[in-house]
This record gives sequence, C-alpha cells and structure tokens, in this order.
Amino acid sequence: MADNSKTSANHQKGDPNTTGHSWDGIEEFDNPMPRWWVWIFILCVIWSVGYWVVYPAWPGINKATSGVAGYASRSDVAEEIAEFESRHDVLFAQILETEPGELTNDEDLHRFAINAGASVFAAQCSQCHGAGGAGVQAGGFPNLLDDDWLWGGTHEDIVQTVTYGIRNEDHMDARYSEMPAFGRDELLSEEEMQQATHFVLSLSGSDHDAQLASAGAEVYDYNCSSCHGVEGEGDYFLGAPALNDQIWLYGGSEETVYESIYNARFGVMPGFTDRLREAEIRAVAAYVHQLGGGE
Amino acid sequence: MGLLDKHGAIERHATLLLVLSFLVVSIGGIVQIVPLFYLDNTIEEVEGMRPYSPLEIAGREIYRREGCYVCHSQMVRPMRDEVERYGHYSLAAESMYDHPFQWGSKRTGPDLARVGGRYSDDWHVQHMVKPQSVVPESIMPAYGFLLNRELDRDDAEAVQEIMGVYRMLGHPYTDEMMDAAVDDFFAQVDQFGDPVADRYPGAQQRNFDGQDTVTEMDAMIAYLQMLGTLVDFDTFVPDASR
Repeated sequence: MADNSKTSANHQKGDPNTTGHSWDGIEEFDNPMPRWWVWIFILCVIWSVGYWVVYPAWPGINKATSGVAGYASRSDVAEEIAEFESRHDVLFAQILETEPGELTNDEDLHRFAINAGASVFAAQCSQCHGAGGAGVQAGGFPNLLDDDWLWGGTHEDIVQTVTYGIRNEDHMDARYSEMPAFGRDELLSEEEMQQATHFVLSLSGSDHDAQLASAGAEVYDYNCSSCHGVEGEGDYFLGAPALNDQIWLYGGSEETVYESIYNARFGVMPGFTDRLREAEIRAVAAYVHQLGGGE
Repeated sequence: MGLLDKHGAIERHATLLLVLSFLVVSIGGIVQIVPLFYLDNTIEEVEGMRPYSPLEIAGREIYRREGCYVCHSQMVRPMRDEVERYGHYSLAAESMYDHPFQWGSKRTGPDLARVGGRYSDDWHVQHMVKPQSVVPESIMPAYGFLLNRELDRDDAEAVQEIMGVYRMLGHPYTDEMMDAAVDDFFAQVDQFGDPVADRYPGAQQRNFDGQDTVTEMDAMIAYLQMLGTLVDFDTFVPDASR
C-alpha cells in the first residue's frame, strides 16, 4: 500500500502533510479546512443551541417544545392583522357610526372610505365587475360606472347587495327574483318570441322590425310589463333591468335579447358578510357609489 | 485517529457504505417526519372535513390532469397579505383527503384553497372558456374544451375505483357511499336528483355548467365550488400555539 518513503521525494519543503494514501503513486495533501469556514461552522452550532431554546424545536411526547419567545405562526398572523386593524379602527368605527347615505357629508371620512373600498374592490370584486368597474357584458356582470342600476344605487342599496348578494342561496336576505324562461318553458310561441324581441329592441330605439314590434306590444304588456315596467323602465325592487335605455347587461343584439327572453337570465352574486367586515362593506359601497352612477 | 482509521473499512466496501449512508440519512428524515404523525399540535381535527364526493373527485382528477397545480396552489399561508386576500389561512386538516396535496407558495395564478363560493358557476364557465374576458390581465390558457368532453358511466365507475383506493388509504368511505358512487356522480349535477349532501354534507348539487349533458366542466366547477368551504370558520377557534 502506501509507500511514503518512495514518493516523499516529490514533496517540497513547506508542503502540508499527506493523508497517507498513495494510489499508483498519487498522493493527497491533508490541507486543513479554511479557518473562517471552521469558525462559521462552530458559530452555527452554538447559534442552533440558542435557537432551540428560543423557538419551537424539539418534539416531545405529545407536543413540541414551544420556545421561550412563544412564537407560533398563528398567533403571529393574528397579532399582525390585529395591529393593522387597530390602525384603522377609529376610522372604521366612524364609518360604522355614520349612516351609509350620510358618508359623503364628511369629506375626510368619505375619502378614507373610498380608498379603503378601492382596495377591497380590487381583491374581491374586480374579477367579475372588472378592475375599473366596467363589468363584463359577455358574462352578464354589470357595469358599475353608469347610473343604470338593477337593485338600486343608493349607499343603502349597495350595502345590502354586497352584504347578502344576489340570488345567493346562503342568505335569506339575499336579493332574489327569477324571470320565467319564456321560450324554453313554452310560455310564448316562436312568433310571440320574435314579436317580444323586436318590441324590447324598439323600447330603447335600437334597430328593429316595426311590424313585429307593434305586434309585440301586447305580448310585452301581458308578460313583461309587470316587472320591467309599462315603458320598460325596470324595477329595482325586482331587480328587473330597465329596457328603455341603451345599457345592456348581456348585450343588445337581436340574438342576445331573444336568448334572454328564451332562457331567461339568472345572474348571481355572492354575499360578502362572511368575507368582509361590516365597515369594509360600507367602504366598498362608498367606492362603488362614487364610480359614476351613485344615487 | 483510532476511530477514523477504522472508517477506511467502510470506504472500501461499497455495500456497507451504501447501507450506513442510508441509515444516517434516515435518522435525519425520521427525526423531522415522525413527530408530525403523533404530536398534538400538528394533528388537529376540525369539524366539517369529509371525503370528496364522486363528482368532486372527477373534478380533482381533471384539475390534476390539466396541470392546474402548476400555477395554482391550495394553501393560504398564515400571513396577513394572504389572509386578507384569500381568507382564513389553511389548516393541515383541510388537506387530509388530498392525494397528493396541493400546497405551494408560487403564486403564478391566485391561490385556490378558498375559491369555493367566491364566484358564480357562470363566472367559472366564462373564465374557463376565455379567461381574459373576465380578467383582462390574466395569462391563464383557455379550457373551454371541458364543455365538450362528456362524462359517462365508465368515467363514474373509474371514480368509484379511485374511491376504493382512497378507502384503502384510510378515507372514511362507507359501503353505502361506495355502492351509491355512480348514482351520486350523476345526481350531483341534477338539482332535483337524490340529495348527495345526505352522504357528503355540504355538497353542492346543481347543473354547474348550464348544459344538459354531464361534462368535465361540471366536475371541475363542482370541485372548485367546494374548495375551502367545508370547515365552518364561524365555529372554528384556532389554537394559537400551533
């Protein structure tokens, strides 16, 4: 095996010792590890002992040591959330004390509510109503920038809608209505469907067939006017959209209007009473209210 | 150097080296992993967790097949920003019926641990068909083809088999659940069918995608609408020391 006497002739003065291995005459220096590395290693070991004492570390019979610092991710996040809530506590408490409709009287508080509401909107509402609140017509998600409301556009109305949602089965207080599927359930004949479609189009001055529309007036009167109004003005109480304007929830083409009458629409919105604090709901309502069409 | 000299014997014996290395690595693993199975503060039972219904399992399989997990995690971490955005932080028990779990912290898409009930079924369909139509800045690809892929009896039976495997792994599926699996699979998309919630409390039952046929979209949305809704956080009191 190792034959140190034979190969040590290759060594120069000042070379470190070898490991003593020699394979086919190849040897290995036994250099010490760099001093700085060794010290960091030793310091880490010492540090770890301190860490065991301060933080949760060693498993025991039925629970792990909890550490003298009492750290736990759950209490940590609870404290952090409580801290941030307490920073806004005063303002949020003021929002709660103020009647939603009177929020605009206090300029500073209103400004705070709008900003707080904007961040709530971005996290909770923008996915359907759009980042800017313009809605998505393809999905029937209402535009919140206009003054055309389905269930009312006062502060109180918006708070109610956000709190309990629309056609939301989880809450008794959710807004609810259901339009009959006039075509699918054969409440109207195909001819009457066409007439009603064109009459609805005529209400808003859209392109329509005048003959079909005039025949559709009667169909509309019997079947639609009780909710959508004689003039197509809509009804907040029933969430019936106004039909006499050019603002469309699902689109104003002949096909979409026909589709809406044929299958009826049943747009839903979740309630946020479990997800948001009351004051946050008031704030987001204030934000939506000032987007353009608040009443 | 006496002990270190003997080390030479290990280094010269490949099998011995392998076996002993394995033992050393095992000790490290065991010390970290085993306590998680018995410590009171890592195994926390919560009310409301139940095994997945057959349709939800199908949805979960599609979720995995399509690689949704590559961008979407299902783990709300106990951090303020995540709790404010997604809802209550996830509990370990909420993943107890997940094989494999869907944890993660890479947020390419939003976390989905609490997506259930957050959006309407219509929104999900619209979003799956064309994500950018509802979220313009989204980079998610479209999954509209799920609407065209019908699920039939074979698929339901495949789910039943998966339930058998889950049962082997300890999920509390009863004989009754196993027998009714295929029926439950189709009942869950029929609002007027036998109530699936009798066997799977809290299961939502309706036509999820709005089409007359049972499709992968139904299964997917049924799964998504259930996520994060099983535990009632009104009654859950977190043990702060965990």
